[in-house]
Amino acid sequence: MIRISNVQKAFGSVIVLKGIDLTVEKGELVCLIGASGSGKSTLLQCINGLEPIQGGEILVDGISVHDPKTDINKLRSKLGIVFQQYNAFPHLTALENVALAPRVVTKRSRAVARALAQKHLEHVGLGDKGDSLPSQLSGGQQQRLAIARALAMEPSYMLFDEVTSALDPELVGEVLETMRLLKSEGMTMVVVTHDINFARESADRVAFLCQGEVCEIGTAEEVIDNPRKEQTQKFLRRENRKPLEIVRSSVA
Amino acid sequence: MQFQFANQGLAWSDAYFLAQGLLNTVRLAAAATLVGTLAGIVLGWLRTVSMTVRIATAPFIDILRSVPMIIQLILANSLLSILGFGTSPFWFGTVALGAWMSAVTAEVVRASLLSVPVQYRKSARSLGMNGYQELLYISMPLAFRTGLAPWIGLVLSLIKDSALAGVVGYIEYMRSTQILITRTHETWLLLMGAGLFYFLICYPVSRYSRHLERKVRV
Amino acid sequence: MFGMNGYQFYWSIVWDSLPLLLAGAWVTIQITILAFIVGTLIAMPMAVARQQGEGWAYRFSTWWVELSRNTPAVFQLYLFYFGLGAFHINIPSYAAVLISVSFNNAGYMTEIFRGGLNAIPRQQLSASRSLGMTSPQSFIHVIFPQMFKVIFLAYVTQGIWGMLNTSLGMLVGLQELSGATQYAQSASFRTFEFFLVTALIYYLIAKGLQFSSHLAFRLIYRS
Repeated sequence: MIRISNVQKAFGSVIVLKGIDLTVEKGELVCLIGASGSGKSTLLQCINGLEPIQGGEILVDGISVHDPKTDINKLRSKLGIVFQQYNAFPHLTALENVALAPRVVTKRSRAVARALAQKHLEHVGLGDKGDSLPSQLSGGQQQRLAIARALAMEPSYMLFDEVTSALDPELVGEVLETMRLLKSEGMTMVVVTHDINFARESADRVAFLCQGEVCEIGTAEEVIDNPRKEQTQKFLRRENRKPLEIVRSSVA
Repeated sequence: MQFQFANQGLAWSDAYFLAQGLLNTVRLAAAATLVGTLAGIVLGWLRTVSMTVRIATAPFIDILRSVPMIIQLILANSLLSILGFGTSPFWFGTVALGAWMSAVTAEVVRASLLSVPVQYRKSARSLGMNGYQELLYISMPLAFRTGLAPWIGLVLSLIKDSALAGVVGYIEYMRSTQILITRTHETWLLLMGAGLFYFLICYPVSRYSRHLERKVRV
Repeated sequence: MFGMNGYQFYWSIVWDSLPLLLAGAWVTIQITILAFIVGTLIAMPMAVARQQGEGWAYRFSTWWVELSRNTPAVFQLYLFYFGLGAFHINIPSYAAVLISVSFNNAGYMTEIFRGGLNAIPRQQLSASRSLGMTSPQSFIHVIFPQMFKVIFLAYVTQGIWGMLNTSLGMLVGLQELSGATQYAQSASFRTFEFFLVTALIYYLIAKGLQFSSHLAFRLIYRS
């Protein structure tokens, strides 16, 4: 379980997170939605300790992320993260990308790491692309590669930071498919996204962030179909949510 | 009676003399490049990660780039002599050229480390790698790609500057050429030899490095 | 002041020779500025010629650029000083230094200018020509002003490198700053003290040039 309690964060004098309370239970998919600048990506990067916090606490399976005594590198192997861009290491092949961390961090042998890497590449549908460089892969394939690479460390939680926002529309579907696959396998996921339809379809709970706070939180139906707060309603209207039928056919 | 001391023509022994000069250029350039590059990588990395080091070493780099190399060579010569460190022109040259090389290499290293998109480094750290692993497997290989072409340019500048080492008594190729010119007045032949030597090293290497730069940009 | 091995630093002797050094510094500055201007004037048409990709002007400029950038500056100096001397054209060391530093500047500046020219959209030239301007007029009034703004930093840096190259005058007997220092210290052999002060003077000249160039940029481009 990830427990975020009263987390405050500022960049210099700019306060980005004003006191976030959020809990993510095992097996859940929680979506974080909100306008740019609402602090969603920052919050995600606080969860695995990439960003420090100025107040509050984040506990992952009971371990405090920002406690100086915590072995952050060990903790990070429980949390996989995929960013919006510049994910796949450009100087390594797909297989090397995935095999690197198992070899270097968990000290697996070269052979074991390669086998592990191949398995995870197949898991995301890139089994035949092992020897390709990221520059030879499409944007969607690179993102799936990044997912496989994070999965190779056998994390308990996966964090997604707007992973489809920088992709051409026709490449978005394959990445969302992979994410749905993970959900069906029971992975606990925290997904920051602009894609309201994905949130409505796949999320167990949705949290709407505005101006550094959780303005509204509830099940996907509650927040997206029947938002209670005015800010949520305004935001959803601006995002101009498409009807579900049209979304499904364009992804198939 | 004709006195013939001024215009002794070129002899075969002079070819040997020139060859020695050529070898001396290579020795000096290799030594200064080695010392300067290693020191420059360390300095560049330190300047990237530590603001204190960056501020403290800024004058060092600024001064080495604003003072002519000939002056740096003479200062290295006189300072080392005062401090009692031997009388070898090779070392004077290596210290001066090496110091310059470390300063300019540090800047190239710093720029190329900073050019690695921060996302790659975050991904590496998120996978559980510690700072040194991230540097070794991700930052340095990627920085190397950006920094290689500029570094090659620095090495070529160093080779050209080595032609000044004659001023501290090091008989490298340019100095040997100049000595022979003064003695034999075979000016054009010797000058062409010198020009050709440096040109044949610098021109192909700089073309190759431009080719590398184009590859990296893609 | 005592150094290692009982070496006594003796600074006042440098102070006594300061007028000589400053006279040398003045020669350095003269040549730096003249070579900067001459280099610029030659590099502008050469950069345009290089952009053509073919023709005798292209080949000539390419030859100039590659020669000046792939050989040591001292070689270029000897080329003019000793080389012309072999044809019994004995030029004084001042001229030799001025010509060789200008030659060197022109080569490097041509490539710097090319980079700037590549950054300017082609339409700028066609637009000026359509307004009835001749090619030279278009370049002088429209293209080059924009080019200088783009490459200003690299351009000034090259000017400073030109200044560093003037120090080679010492090797052909010119009394610019380095040559003057060499002469001044030859009586007392206080090499270190003299050349340290000279290094400081070079540093100050370089900083002065950088500072005035920033001022000039702001005045010209009002940015």
